[in-house]
Amino acid sequence: MAEKVLMKGNEALAEAAIMAGCRHYFGYPITPQTEVAAYMAKRMPLIGGTFLQAESEIAAINMVYGAAAAGKRTMTSSSSPGIALKSEGISYLAGSDLPALIINVQRGGPGLGGIQPSQSDYFQATKSAGHGDFHLVVLAPASVQEMVNLTFKGFDLADKYRMPVMLLSDGTMGQMMEPVSLDMGEIKEYDKSGWAACGTNCEREHNVVNSLFIQPDELERYNFERYERYAKIEAEEVMYDEYMMDDAEICIVAYGVAARVSQNAIDKARAQGIKVGMIRPITLWPFPKAVLNAAADKVKAFISVELSMGQMIEDIELATRCKKPVLLCNRVGGMIPTTEDVLNSINEANSVGGDK
Amino acid sequence: MIVFEKPKALADVPLHYCPGCTHGIIHRLVAEVIDELGIEGRTVGVAPVGCSVFAYNYFNCDMIEAAHGRAPAVATGVKRSLPENVVFTYQGDGDLAAIGTAETVHAAARGENITIIFVNNAIYGMTGGQMAPTTLPGQVTQTSPYGRNPEQVGLPVKVCELLSNVDGATYLERVAVNNVKNVKAAKKAIKKAFQNQLEGKGFSLVEVLSTCPTNWGLKPDKALEWLEENMIPYYPLGVYKDKTAEKEAE
Repeated sequence: MAEKVLMKGNEALAEAAIMAGCRHYFGYPITPQTEVAAYMAKRMPLIGGTFLQAESEIAAINMVYGAAAAGKRTMTSSSSPGIALKSEGISYLAGSDLPALIINVQRGGPGLGGIQPSQSDYFQATKSAGHGDFHLVVLAPASVQEMVNLTFKGFDLADKYRMPVMLLSDGTMGQMMEPVSLDMGEIKEYDKSGWAACGTNCEREHNVVNSLFIQPDELERYNFERYERYAKIEAEEVMYDEYMMDDAEICIVAYGVAARVSQNAIDKARAQGIKVGMIRPITLWPFPKAVLNAAADKVKAFISVELSMGQMIEDIELATRCKKPVLLCNRVGGMIPTTEDVLNSINEANSVGGDK
Repeated sequence: MIVFEKPKALADVPLHYCPGCTHGIIHRLVAEVIDELGIEGRTVGVAPVGCSVFAYNYFNCDMIEAAHGRAPAVATGVKRSLPENVVFTYQGDGDLAAIGTAETVHAAARGENITIIFVNNAIYGMTGGQMAPTTLPGQVTQTSPYGRNPEQVGLPVKVCELLSNVDGATYLERVAVNNVKNVKAAKKAIKKAFQNQLEGKGFSLVEVLSTCPTNWGLKPDKALEWLEENMIPYYPLGVYKDKTAEKEAE
């Protein structure tokens, strides 16, 4: 069995990125993702990698664009307001079919907001990470171990589907310490010679990395092709975790830190005889629609536990075709729902659903 | 004996540039330099947003299309990933001196070992002739229909002068392509800017004064005259910084 080490979430993900073969990190300082950059600044020079502090988030994501275009595994990390600045570059990555990993250690918003944990970038990450028709794969870790595993997985998915992938974390996941195993297994290599701009060596036609297609039918064709890939991802790459769903009459839907609080609440509710379980999306895009839709035929109500103003509710309602009511249990602005908050919602769902 | 042929680094396709535009000359100079240095196979070019947005179709080396103003950041990402390769950007004045000011200044400050070809024609050409950061005082454009008024919108940005105060920059020269003599001098500067990179000497930028007959509302020959009479006095030609000798000693 692999040896476990005690690590902070942000540092664990940084080490996982290195183990996944990432040697090119570009970032700009912002709380609460600082440890990622600090870790990279220490480690990269020792292993022949690049750590570069850019002049802005905009420059950092465009450096990532350059490194990705050159065929390298590359990443950036930031937090909510910084991700907003990166959205231009994220759209260009998607439009040019470039793989990259983008970490968002979310903080409260809107505007400058606060620096405490939040999940209020859900819409931004899953619906509109930039202009134009595109998606990111969005991965939501709920433990330090998952910060590690999903970083590794994120690089692989990015290369596999030639697209940017976002790890949607939050200040809690980033700051907390847990024992983790860094044994990630083999890195799968992908052949990038067909598209990477790394020099023709005068032996092939030139590669052009580009998102400009001035002929509308050509641009349409690229968009259609991209969405065929997205359909494949929706069919094959959905990840979620189920907790006590076998006999559940109430289903909590929560990700990240909200899922951890929810799990405690479920244990307490079960002790009171309430049949409640949880479906925890690990991929927020693709969203685990099928399992939720199936659950909607069994449970009497859903509760979306979030650190946002109910941004995930729409996805739950869409996935379940509004078959059952979806309650919201939330705190925002850097506040986190307590076990009691979730318990109260469970009791409410028990009575609301019971009236049906 | 062949006395004239297309540079190998230049693709054999029609350019989209307007008649009389000097982008074609500058493309050719860059391609000739790539040929002469024998670096096509390991060169990666970065095209901007603006008139030269399609430059990726015109050079035979690997090419990347960047977002507006971000070419120096993209080039940084490429060069840091492929230090043995040659990386250049080809940018206009709106791209480099307005929206991309931060990327330009900081690539210079870092002494990024890249080559920038900066085409200054004092106007946004691709979008139909709006005022650029380099539009001259009094110059009429679509968004300065009464002439650029310095009291309202300030004075033009002089990129070579500005960057000459950035310690990290190695080589800055302003050239023009309005006559044969200047074209020859421009090629020499462009070649030096690429050679500097090959020798690891750091950030090199060549500002090329260029014409925009279409949006200046002038015939091509008159545009060349306008460049000489109006742009060169405001943007004097010459070497603004050259630390290559110093870098040699390092």
